[in-house]
Formats: sequence, C-alpha cells, structure tokens
Amino acid sequence: MADNNNIIVYCEYDEGRIADVSLELLTKGRVLADRLGVRLEAVVAGDKLDGIEKQVFPYGVDTVYKFEDARLFPYTSNPHAAILINLFREIKPQICLMGATCIGRDLGPRVSSCLHSGLTADCTALEIGDHKDPKTGKEYTDLLYQIRPAFGGNIVATIVNPECRPQMATVREGVMKKEIRDAAYMGKVVDMDVKKYVDDTDFVVEIIDRHIEKSKINIKNAPIIVAGGYGVGSKENFQLLFDLADTLGAEVGASRAAVDAGFIEHERQIGQTGVTVRPKLYIACGISGQIQHIAGMQESSIIISVNNDPNAPINTIADYVITGDIEEVVPKLIKYYKKNSK
Amino acid sequence: MSFNIIVLAKQVPDTRNVGKDAMKEDGTINRAALPAIFNPEDLNALEQALRIKDANPGTTITLLTMGLPRAAEIVREAIYRGADAGIVLTDRPFGGADTLATSYSLAQAVKKFGNYDLILGGRQAIDGDTAQVGPQIAEKLGLPQVTYAEEILGVADGKITVKRRLEHGVETVKAPLPCVVTVNGSAADCRPRNAKRLMKYKNAASPSETAKLPEAIAARVAANPELQIAEWGAAYVDADPEQIGLPGSPTKVKAIENVVFTAKESRRLDNDDAQIEELVKELIANHTIG
Repeated sequence: MADNNNIIVYCEYDEGRIADVSLELLTKGRVLADRLGVRLEAVVAGDKLDGIEKQVFPYGVDTVYKFEDARLFPYTSNPHAAILINLFREIKPQICLMGATCIGRDLGPRVSSCLHSGLTADCTALEIGDHKDPKTGKEYTDLLYQIRPAFGGNIVATIVNPECRPQMATVREGVMKKEIRDAAYMGKVVDMDVKKYVDDTDFVVEIIDRHIEKSKINIKNAPIIVAGGYGVGSKENFQLLFDLADTLGAEVGASRAAVDAGFIEHERQIGQTGVTVRPKLYIACGISGQIQHIAGMQESSIIISVNNDPNAPINTIADYVITGDIEEVVPKLIKYYKKNSK
Repeated sequence: MSFNIIVLAKQVPDTRNVGKDAMKEDGTINRAALPAIFNPEDLNALEQALRIKDANPGTTITLLTMGLPRAAEIVREAIYRGADAGIVLTDRPFGGADTLATSYSLAQAVKKFGNYDLILGGRQAIDGDTAQVGPQIAEKLGLPQVTYAEEILGVADGKITVKRRLEHGVETVKAPLPCVVTVNGSAADCRPRNAKRLMKYKNAASPSETAKLPEAIAARVAANPELQIAEWGAAYVDADPEQIGLPGSPTKVKAIENVVFTAKESRRLDNDDAQIEELVKELIANHTIG
C-alpha cells in the first residue's frame, strides 16, 4: 500500500466523543478505500484525545493522526485549517471527507481554498467512477463522484474534481449509514507535534461563551413541513408529528383549529392568519382543509394528506391521500423512512 | 469610530418559490419562471452592516456582487435600504465559476477596493447552498472568519464580537478586524426600503445600464457620482485568467439530473404497510426527503 493517495476523514470531536457524522463518514470511507485499494485514515484535533482511537478503529481505520493541544478545543477555524492544510501537503490524500456541520462547512472551504482543491458541499451520495472530459477528451479513472441536490433541490448534480487533490466533500449527519467494520480492527496511532502544524498567530478568534440554546421556530423556510390539524386530537398526539419531523429534518406546522384548541403554539400556524409556506413537501395530518389554511400552503410542491375522512376537502389538492388514523399512519411513515433512507 | 464595510451579495433565482406554475409539463423546473431576487441571507448581512452604521456615524457600506450586468438591481436595492455604493463584478471570463473561482474573483475585487475594516455576507446562497464563498474569500485574503453569525454584538477596539448560531446552541466569539463574517437567516430581517433614499437613488445605474437610458437621465447619472454603480471587469481587478471562470474551477459538473415531480392527480392509499412503504421509497428516490 502506498503512503500517499489514501482516504482521510476529519473527525469532529466534542467532550471526548467522536461525532456520529464522522463515524458515518468513516463507514463510507472504508467502502471507498476498499474499492480503491487504499488505506482509510482519520485526523482528530482536540484537547483530551487519550484513547480516542478506540472509538474509530472499529470502523476500519488504518491510521489516526492525533493533534492534542488544550487550545484546539473548542474548535476555531484557523488552527484546525492549518492542521489539515499542512498535514495534507505531507500525506497527499486523494479524498477528504468531513461532516456538513457548522464545523465542517466552516473548515472545508478554508482548506480547499488554500490547497486549490475542489470541495462539494452537502453530498447525498458518494461513488467511485470514471470520467471523460467533454472538451479535451482526457480520460480519468476512479474519481470520486460527489452527488448532491442543487437549485433548491430541483436538480441533482454529479460533481467531479478531475485534476485537484484531495477531492473534498462534506456530507450531512444521517445521510450515510454508521456501521462497525470489525470490533477488533486495529490501526496505527500517530501522535503529531502540534507546533509544527499550527502557529501561535493562528489562534486569533477568541471564544467568550458557549451554551446550549434552542433555536427559534422557522417554518417559513423549512423545505419539509409536517402540519397537524384539529383531527390530531390532542397535544400528546402532536408529539407524533414532532417525531416524524425530527426523522425527516422537517418543521412542525399547524392549522388554526389546532392552535385554537391549544394543541400547539401560535408561532406554528400556517394559513391566511399565520404564515404562508411553500415547502418541497407538506404532510397534512388531520387537517380538513379550510380555505384559509389552503391559502397558506397550496403552493407546496408535493402535498400528502393523512386523514381518516376520505372526503376531507384538503384531499382535492393533495398529491397523495392516505386514508387512516394519524396514530397509525405517522409511525409507519417514520418506520419506513428509517428503514429505507440509508 | 467609523468603519468601511463591504457587503457581499448575490442575485439568485428564487428557488424557494418553486410552485406548481414553475414546473414544466415534463415535471422539470422552468428556471425562466423564477424571479431573480436578492439572496435572502445577504439581506440579513446587509442589516447587520446597517446597524453598525447606525451606531457608528460616518461608516460606509459598499455592496459587492459578481454576476450578470443585471445584478446592478440588487445594488440599487441595497442603496434604497441604506448602503452607500455598489460594485458589480461582471465579465464574460468570470462565467462558469465554481465556488473557488468565485472566491478568487471576489477576493481580487476586495483587494482592488482596498481600504476596508469588515467584510459581511450571507452564510450561503439559495441557488447553491454551499456556504463556501465566505470562508474561501477569508482564506484568499488571509483574514480570520466568523461563520453562522446571528448577531453582531459590537465593534470596538479593533475587534468584533459576534454571536454564532450553531446546531445545538450559541457561541460568542471575538475576532480582530479586518475579518470576514457570514450571517445566518436566523439573524434580524433587513429593514425595508427608505422612501427618501428610493426617490434620491432611483436613477442610480451601472455603465451598461446608463448606455440604455434616455439621454436626459443618462446625463443626470453622469453628472452625479452618487448615482453611479461601478462595473468592474477581470482585467480591472488584475484577475489571473487561469484562476477565474471555468478554467479556474477545480470542480466540474459531470451530470445533471432533473428531479421530476409526478402525480398531478391525487393518488389514494390505504393505511396499509406495503403502500406506505412504497410511497416513502418513491419520495426518497426523487429526493423529496432524505
């Protein structure tokens, strides 16, 4: 096996734990490495990395580069970027994967800019394949196909980086499947000398405070909305809609009748007296379809109506109508999404 | 204390409003049916700049955009809302740029502009959703970056204090000026147009627009520098032809597949496991979910 040209995953780390998204990417990276006949490597930078390799080896990691320094946690852009830039100049990976998280989407572009390597954000699939340049006719073998939706999700593009290395891609959490390769898999740990990679002047941004805080409700810009009406029946049953929304990465909306009945807060009301929405997918649960509600959501690209009344007015504008009880249909949607999404 | 602020913005097709009327018969999107708008998060960035200006009289805000000559429309929009001036970076060789070539081109324009304290921009544009141009410009200019900003809490003593909105919480950071800050959609909405400014600047125009104006109005633009929207080309910003447009883009689009929406008439399903699973699979396959 060559020392260069491997696949490397930047592993996010918080409070002693490697992030799920990084483990998902290691799983995918292992498959790609097997296909290409190269090694899978991981890089971790943080403050307390003792034994951290034990969390990644089971995913089939051959080498872990550990950068330990109290100043490397919490994450700031420049020091982590300097680590990757200088490390990649040395070990020349052919592919670098990172999470499409606040960290990965902050770090990836900075690294790709410095190395002049292409980066594709928020990929939904990664494959290996060949490419022929339509202009020059030059042929390339075993490139990384970086597949992602674009144009507000209305097209799906396959991106390649024919000439530049590493080929970089970010992927959102939950898109790839996390799967242990071999619980007994053992790789090599390389403890890195942080000072050789990061300059003191890289620590320019100072973190004053960090705390957990729930974000504001943002149904207006949500690409997927799960909305409930009076037919949901209770505040407790709305929890089912939140579960579905969490699973799909959606927001929860409601009709005026559900808000008036006290099932849910007013901020989530959709319709003439609430918010007008145009999501990619609108799942209306137990909503009969008053005109005022329809006015606020009829431009949704795809509408699914779940209702036990087969003649609910909303069904006339729905693309799909599922006749049945919310309590039964919604858990099935969750179940089959989880089963088929990865 | 006053500051020179550059706000980066992009004119984008309104991909959020893809209703049924914007779909062609074959189920693909009719791009021409989408209006060109001011990228929403760039408006959030403009508002943060305007607040700094409110608190620090004498501050100037210059909008910088790369695109077609018609992008002068968003420069005017920014001026109506309180920006002082604008530059449209436009030239045929800039076309076909990926995020890296775009960042290089904009960074060259920023260098040409020179004297600045702060660069603000939206987190990402709705036509690409990559969030790459901000950090890449920061790298090209050798500046620190603060992404995912929700609120600029203060600018003082050569430092900016920013509240960032992350996945599970908030972080407050302090960065030295000059730096690049990208602003989230969760930040405050941009103020509306100011009626007085609208009257004063309604004739503001770029050179390519001025050429098409009636003579009397064109003369008014020529006589008043405040009405002149700058138009810069590749040579003017000393751009290396190898680093801009298609040649400067390491990523290439290999294939594009239109997402096809079907089902104009309702399809009826029962509360049946097989039917529901089939629907979910279909929605995953056409990228509606997942």
